Amino acid sequence: MTAPVLEVEDLRVRLRTPRGPADVVNGLSYRVGAGETVAVVGESGSGKSVSVLALLGLLPAGIATVTGRALLQGEDLLTMAPERLRQVRGPGAGMVFQDPMTSLNPVLTIGRQIVEGIRAHGDVDKAAARRRAAELLGEVGLPDPVGALDRYPHELSGGMRQRVVIAIALSNSPALLVADEATTALDVTVQAQIIDLVEKLQAERGTGVVWITHDLGVVAGIADRVLVMYGGRCVEDGTVDDVLENPVHPYTRGLLGALPDLARPAVGGVVPDLATVPGVPPAPTDLPAGCVFWPRCPVRGDARCETEQPPLAVIGSADVRLPHRAATWCTDRTSGTESPAGGFR
Amino acid sequence: MSGDVLVSARGLEVHFPVGGRGFRRKPAGLLRAVDGVDLDIHRGETLGLVGESGCGKSTLGNALLRLVPTTGGTLTFDGTDLTGLEGRRLKELRRRAGMVFQDPFASLDPRRTVAQTVGEPLEVHGLRTGKRARADRVAELLELVGLDPGVAGRYPHEFSGGQRQRVGIARALAGEPDFLVCDEAIASLDVSVQAQVLNLLRRLQRQLGLTLLFISHDLSAVRHISDRIAVMYLGRIVEVGPARAVGTDPQMPYTQALLSAVPLPHPKLERERKRIVLTGDVPSPAAVPSGCRFRTRCPYAFEPCDDVDPALQSVGAPGQQAACHLHGVVGAPAAAPEGVTATP
Repeated sequence: MTAPVLEVEDLRVRLRTPRGPADVVNGLSYRVGAGETVAVVGESGSGKSVSVLALLGLLPAGIATVTGRALLQGEDLLTMAPERLRQVRGPGAGMVFQDPMTSLNPVLTIGRQIVEGIRAHGDVDKAAARRRAAELLGEVGLPDPVGALDRYPHELSGGMRQRVVIAIALSNSPALLVADEATTALDVTVQAQIIDLVEKLQAERGTGVVWITHDLGVVAGIADRVLVMYGGRCVEDGTVDDVLENPVHPYTRGLLGALPDLARPAVGGVVPDLATVPGVPPAPTDLPAGCVFWPRCPVRGDARCETEQPPLAVIGSADVRLPHRAATWCTDRTSGTESPAGGFR
Repeated sequence: MSGDVLVSARGLEVHFPVGGRGFRRKPAGLLRAVDGVDLDIHRGETLGLVGESGCGKSTLGNALLRLVPTTGGTLTFDGTDLTGLEGRRLKELRRRAGMVFQDPFASLDPRRTVAQTVGEPLEVHGLRTGKRARADRVAELLELVGLDPGVAGRYPHEFSGGQRQRVGIARALAGEPDFLVCDEAIASLDVSVQAQVLNLLRRLQRQLGLTLLFISHDLSAVRHISDRIAVMYLGRIVEVGPARAVGTDPQMPYTQALLSAVPLPHPKLERERKRIVLTGDVPSPAAVPSGCRFRTRCPYAFEPCDDVDPALQSVGAPGQQAACHLHGVVGAPAAAPEGVTATP
């Protein structure tokens, strides 16, 4: 196995808030191989965005305390000098943010914004950078790439803007691409175009991708490996087939059961009600002792749920390259919400 | 149509003037947000309205409640013509038709308590007069949407998104409406909370015999909650029919592409699936293409599409209609383009 592009170990983020310290990320570990896509799934407040912002040093220093290790091609991002981090953002790691409407500067042309990124990381003259920018826009499938260089963000549609943001993120051929809800604001048809694009570029360049989303449908299509976050912790991870077809953690099962599913048509003309996860996620300022999910858990029953935090333990075979792991005391895998795929034995 | 139609639109148009320069400017063009919509919503059904952003689905929802002025066509609610309705009779429509908005953070007044927000429609329409009767009704409404009546004195900021959306639904139900428009009512909620609200809407619809128009871009949710589905593209309904038929056997190439783009949470299905990836973006509603409005992105576009504007025609399952020339010329839209032979 080749060396991983990104190796995160025991990442913890504590934010200072008016209501006291908030433990937003609590011991996250994962690795992303070359050409591999890791999907980080979770609801709002689960810490998924903060966990990647912390990696790239994008959290305000006075407020956030980040500990752990995050090796990008062997170099620790968390202890890196700011000047070195500046060099790494770009050729090392590119980032695509959620909202294509706000992540571009409205008063600069598309061309200037791409050229800026290219010239910041290489000794390239303006004309060459512009040619490279046009090339990139062509690669991401923007019609009339040369003409687009002189246009302003407001002249483009949401899907086109997101392509521009992706072009900027890819402009220095990063080893790692971080996409934070990159297609959430887009229509499904445009989302399909963007996903195809990222997959194609990934296949060509071997980019490692961290794809943050709450859409399990998107995950099923793109991910090699899935990491489910809840209350700042990884509660389940494994290959996309393991996690989505045979979910073990009650939260993962709840999430899947709550999805209206086009592939699960009505039985006898009656569409059953969706399974729901009662209650709301815990506030990061006030995480429960013991298992983070137990206050909402439909199958809690183990004496340890309330007091002892379950470790991320391997389910099934530990010999495979990507073992399926879950952090739960729940061993009875047949009760609770049903898996939509009916994958429980 | 039969007598059980509650809301009926024929050739409904909502055009907005756009562009122009200077003070007292003359509009340079027309933005055709809703452009000739024919739609019947039956009493007691849930009609799902889907389409990409900018297709006019929200404007249509607003127009059905007279929240935006219509510029053409006819619109009736329970047999009454709504175009030109004013004064007391418009107010009565407001009572009988409610709206649940997308953003539960923006659609509640942060300075009013839940009781004030939910009680306002009662006040406006002079229902349940008297402090006691009104408070009882508010408690009843809160209970109906699954909230503890004890929260009546609280303010919106004390609630989560899902709870706020429940308050919004309680407010919409206050006047005992027959018709409820839910415009992207679950779009800003988390998956597990979305499921709670979807279940609530379904329960209320059955319990109160409501007629629902469920506007959403989320096809899975629409398919789950709807009896019938209408698909909108550039201001026009391009396909409508029973949810099952439209969801599994769409007859219009646009619906087929839209459905094929919905990602499903099953890795094996996803790997095997062939997506129909549409090229290009939706044309601007200020410059609607001639003929079929979908032809600029349609993989099957052929000769008549350039000049003939297709009307809805019955195809596929009973009650299913699609606006597509493929059905006039060849049998099925699934046929490859080379199989299409245009009539000379």
